[in-house]
Amino acid sequence: MSGGWHWFVIIGTVGSLIGCLWLLFSNRSTSGDKTTGHVWDGIEELDNPLPMWWVWMFVGTVVFAVGYLIWYPGLGNFAGISGWTSTSQFEEAAEAHEERFAPLYRELAALSPPELAANRQAQQVGRRLFINHCTACHGVGGGGGYGFPNLTDDEWLWGSDFAAIKQTILGGRSGIMAPWGAALGEDGVQQTAQYVRKVAGLEHDADLAEAGGKHYATFCVACHQADHTGNPLLGAPNLANDSWLYGSSLEEISFTIRHGRNNNMPAHADVLSEEKAHILAGYVSSLSRKGE
Amino acid sequence: MLDESEYDLAVVRRFAVMTVVWGIVGMGVGLLIAAQLAWPALNFDLPWLSYGRLRPLHTNAVIFAFGGCALMASAFYVVQKTGQTRLISKGLAEFVFWGWQLVILSAAITLPLGITSSKEYAELEWPIDILIAVVWVSFGVVFFGTIAKRRVQHIYVANWFFGALIIGVAVLHIFNSLAVPVSAFKSYSIYPGSVDAMVQWWYGHNAVGFFLTAGFLGIMYYFVPKQADRPIYSYRLSIVHFWALIAIYVWAGPHHLHYTSLPDWAQGLGMVMSLVLLAPSWGGMINGIMTLSGAWDKLRTDPIIKFLIVSLSFYGMSTFEGPMMSIKTINALSHNTDWTIGHVHSGALGWVAMISIGAMYHLLPIMFGRKAGDMYSVKLINVHFWLSTIGTVIYIASMWVNGLLQGLMWRAVSIDGTLTYSFAETVEASYPGYYARFIGGAIFFSGMLIMAYNTVMTAKGKTRVEDESPATPLVSRPGETPAVETAS
Repeated sequence: MSGGWHWFVIIGTVGSLIGCLWLLFSNRSTSGDKTTGHVWDGIEELDNPLPMWWVWMFVGTVVFAVGYLIWYPGLGNFAGISGWTSTSQFEEAAEAHEERFAPLYRELAALSPPELAANRQAQQVGRRLFINHCTACHGVGGGGGYGFPNLTDDEWLWGSDFAAIKQTILGGRSGIMAPWGAALGEDGVQQTAQYVRKVAGLEHDADLAEAGGKHYATFCVACHQADHTGNPLLGAPNLANDSWLYGSSLEEISFTIRHGRNNNMPAHADVLSEEKAHILAGYVSSLSRKGE
Repeated sequence: MLDESEYDLAVVRRFAVMTVVWGIVGMGVGLLIAAQLAWPALNFDLPWLSYGRLRPLHTNAVIFAFGGCALMASAFYVVQKTGQTRLISKGLAEFVFWGWQLVILSAAITLPLGITSSKEYAELEWPIDILIAVVWVSFGVVFFGTIAKRRVQHIYVANWFFGALIIGVAVLHIFNSLAVPVSAFKSYSIYPGSVDAMVQWWYGHNAVGFFLTAGFLGIMYYFVPKQADRPIYSYRLSIVHFWALIAIYVWAGPHHLHYTSLPDWAQGLGMVMSLVLLAPSWGGMINGIMTLSGAWDKLRTDPIIKFLIVSLSFYGMSTFEGPMMSIKTINALSHNTDWTIGHVHSGALGWVAMISIGAMYHLLPIMFGRKAGDMYSVKLINVHFWLSTIGTVIYIASMWVNGLLQGLMWRAVSIDGTLTYSFAETVEASYPGYYARFIGGAIFFSGMLIMAYNTVMTAKGKTRVEDESPATPLVSRPGETPAVETAS
């Protein structure tokens, strides 16, 4: 804040407070319980004194204000003698939080994946971490939703082992399906979509699907593989099962082929410590294995 | 002294009647959005009926349409009566009326269409902002021009408050609304980032200070002594609390932005000035209640006095609650919860609406050539009083409970330092409060329908013969009332 505003704030604040005190004390004496002599539309005014309890309440708040403004920031660039800032308050609170809960996380993070799965406390802590950080997209139970993977089935876009899940949490994932509408043309899109439904075992038009198979061999096979099982290194989904991120209708599949999809799981390394990610990965792993 | 017929009362009458009409519309929209929070299906999947668009319509309609009409009716009436003179320009006063109605109509069209500047309580886009500025300055010209040609030496205290309202809101509105237009219906604020937030809440809080506090204290200072037929309790108190109120209020805005990117000094200053504001705010309550204190017996027979005394009680309560909520540690719990909504409505329903309703029950009969307070039915005023009081209490109590519940659930931490509840769980827990709030609002709203009926019958020149029996028959809903019927 420039010097001019600094003094504007100080003069305005202190001036207002002094002005209030001056108002109070210059209006102390009155003529007693008489009227002022003014009459407006039949309304008269008594000249009663200010109620003393009110005066002292007023003075009390002004005194508090003066003390506060000496102790804390308030008067422009004057930082207050306590040295308090909201940043330091936050940092102290975060540090105290860290100190209080670090031993628990250190203890649980030392567990191996099988131990995590068997440890009741690790599962409870993991569930609460999940509720805090994951439910907005994946749902309270981890069931996912349109565009957000279901974590309770046994299909994994990026691999199902513990290390892969932990990496997904910490580093995030970017799943990109390229748009093929321009390359395939609308007919090509429809044919390919019929083919995709065929390999998934869904109702389809056989003629169109046969033509679509040729497009698949040219455009899709690099990521989704010749056997249609996808590639977890790229996050390319397995097409030959009944797990669908955007649904299995012809409209959705052809939309995906035409326009592509851009999926993003955000990285949580800045939000969660490595220890928390470890415990959380243990909980997420257990979601999927419930079906076993 | 001027004869009653020599005052310019036509414009006052129009504003007084529109106070009732906009009260019903504004509170009706409020009732609808309260219902939408309890039963979200009432959005009907229509963008124009969605909560996000109707909420600013509700706030604008009750503050600026209902409250604004009550203020303008009172200011134009009081300035004439206490100055013993006519308005300086009848034509300009008419322009103020029609211009203000045009502003309200524009708001009612643009807000549901999603045209908004997104600044709270200042959502209207730049062409409407310019119209507001022109109408408001005209309001000031009529008011201060009439003050200038008054025929009594001193300026009555009610007029100081109306004057502060006019000057304060003009400055606030013009500076907060400065924007760069990019099209007929879209503009961007000239202020960047946190400066914009600071200016917005300097405006937002002083809209509370100069519009909803100073303006309605002006109403209080005329209608309370008139209706009670008692002198004002203390001239000195009115001087001290008036100047202290307007000097301190302008510093209090940053308490809306605690724990944000606003600099620490601004937050701290906003907090202490909000605390200092307690005494100046209470000055008005003390003066009002002590003025009524010689007329307690009238509480038994005059429901208008009941409206006035209860409104002053709610005023005192919400001006105590406000400084408390501005304390950072309390604000850390209350901010963003329904507690804020409860606080606002203890001021808006309890203070602003009830003092306006009391004043209008005094004024409306005069507008139709009758004695002050001589409505068609005094019993219906009494029914309205109880509906308003009970409705307000249910409303604010439900929001207090919800606010504490949300604040405590949001900060609850488990043994491992994680948050105990997901956000959705706190919403689920808020539902009982949403139902109760809807019921409280519906009760308050039903009182406004009774007021409309009573007003229509008064305008028709009728008087209801009422005996001493306490039984009050139910009143059928008036067909004449352009009420917005909301969800059943």
